Amino acid sequence: MLELGKYSGAILGSWGITLGLLGFLVVLTWVQARSAKRKHDEIEARRKAGEGTK
Amino acid sequence: MSAPNQRTRQARDKINWIWEWANPVKFMWFSGLVLPWLIGATVLVMGAGLVWGFFFTPEAVNFGSSVKIIYVHVPSAFMAISAWFMMVVASVIWLIRRHHVSALAAKAAAPVGTVFTLIALVTGALWGQPMWGTWWAWDPRLTSFLILFLFYLGYMALWAAIENPDTAADLTAVLAVVGSVFAILSRYAVNFWNQGLHQGASLSLDAEENVADVYWLPLVVAMGGFMLFFVTMIFIRTRAEIRLRRVHALELRERMADA
Amino acid sequence: MIALALRDLRLAIRAGGGFGLGLAFFLIVVTLVPFGVGPESDILARIAPGILWVGALLACLLSLDRIFQLDFEDGSLDLLATAPLPMEGTVAVKALAHWVTTGLPLVLAAPVLGVLLHLPAPGHLWMFITLLLGTPALSMIGAFGAALTVGLKRGGLLLSLLVLPLYVPTLIFGAEAATRAIDGFDNTGPLMMLAGITLASIALLPFAAAAALRINLR
Repeated sequence: MLELGKYSGAILGSWGITLGLLGFLVVLTWVQARSAKRKHDEIEARRKAGEGTK
Repeated sequence: MSAPNQRTRQARDKINWIWEWANPVKFMWFSGLVLPWLIGATVLVMGAGLVWGFFFTPEAVNFGSSVKIIYVHVPSAFMAISAWFMMVVASVIWLIRRHHVSALAAKAAAPVGTVFTLIALVTGALWGQPMWGTWWAWDPRLTSFLILFLFYLGYMALWAAIENPDTAADLTAVLAVVGSVFAILSRYAVNFWNQGLHQGASLSLDAEENVADVYWLPLVVAMGGFMLFFVTMIFIRTRAEIRLRRVHALELRERMADA
Repeated sequence: MIALALRDLRLAIRAGGGFGLGLAFFLIVVTLVPFGVGPESDILARIAPGILWVGALLACLLSLDRIFQLDFEDGSLDLLATAPLPMEGTVAVKALAHWVTTGLPLVLAAPVLGVLLHLPAPGHLWMFITLLLGTPALSMIGAFGAALTVGLKRGGLLLSLLVLPLYVPTLIFGAEAATRAIDGFDNTGPLMMLAGITLASIALLPFAAAAALRINLR
């Protein structure tokens, strides 16, 4: 690792929290997007099935 | 209703229904095409900027190696403001032109902007800690970001509280516009409020204005990476919002058909 | 327009909740602070203007949802929307009624409550002046927030979350104006800003609030 000196706590803390929060956002977004797609495909399938019988 | 009027009405309804969906459809098509490239570009540029900034920059004169914090703090702060700005523009477009994609893009941007603001706050505070000995300082910039954070929270809370999607879009758009005026006003108020204290120790980068290329270049790359990250997130989140909106509309239709 | 104002005033006073509640809350906040901070007079004197301003601000929040809620629920707001008086005028009048029943009593009470906080001598006058200049802004900004949340069942907490950040500039300039005057400095800067914010709010926010009401009445 690099020689970070006396600021190592602040530096590692900042970078850690940044990557952590961004990572959390990415995971959250991915989960939400996947759930949205699933719901969408389900209801579209239902709608198409309904229209198919008309 | 007379027959010709009825036909016109039906034709217009059909067109309107398509218009309902047309813009979102185009957006879904375009975003779907572009998304893989966006993700790739984001990973590349952001990775490059961050790795360069963290591993390959020297220690600075006054800050020591804590200068490396700028590679997460500055891009986040910049994007926190940019995200709010984009939200306001998208809100105005929605109010004037009623493009649903615009309204949903604004809604999608909010959590991203909030996270950027939070990162800017935390990294800003951590950066100041070794210098001031406190975990928080009511520095004008940090304080302004704290207020911005509250505005973001209020905006998201309003979206969540209102059932009807169009009403929510309208009200949050009005809030964004009015909020922006007060946010700018607060910036000046906070500067005024804190001008007596900590004159020199403000966490501004004014000292870094003449910063050497060795720091500046990786910073530019990192900022580009964060910008790409923002755009990628917006695309993914807006796509999800569009889908959810369609789900909401179809569920409503199902419920009415069952009734 | 005057009829509307009088009607709202009568309603607010009769409802009782708005009028006395704000004052009582103000008193409670001012009483709580020494319990939290300690009774030392120099500490209290130093923070008195700020505490009085924050207390007044919070007391204003209490009766905000009342501005439109009752009329919204019983349908009078729909009627007012179609009345000859433009919605913007309705909003302005209702904000005025809120100020008369909530803000004005706070303005009058502050110098008195300042005694509890060992507010230094010129402070009483300046709290009166700054609050007089600033509370109309609080009512108007609050009316805007109330217009946004009028359709919601439990909008109270959300209303506070939306409105409090909007209150920050008024709070900063109001408290600064009072504090600087007390310390013997020139306070024209913050005083002008305070007055400016109030005037601009009164002039512009009715349009935003009316827009929000129309959206909610759809």
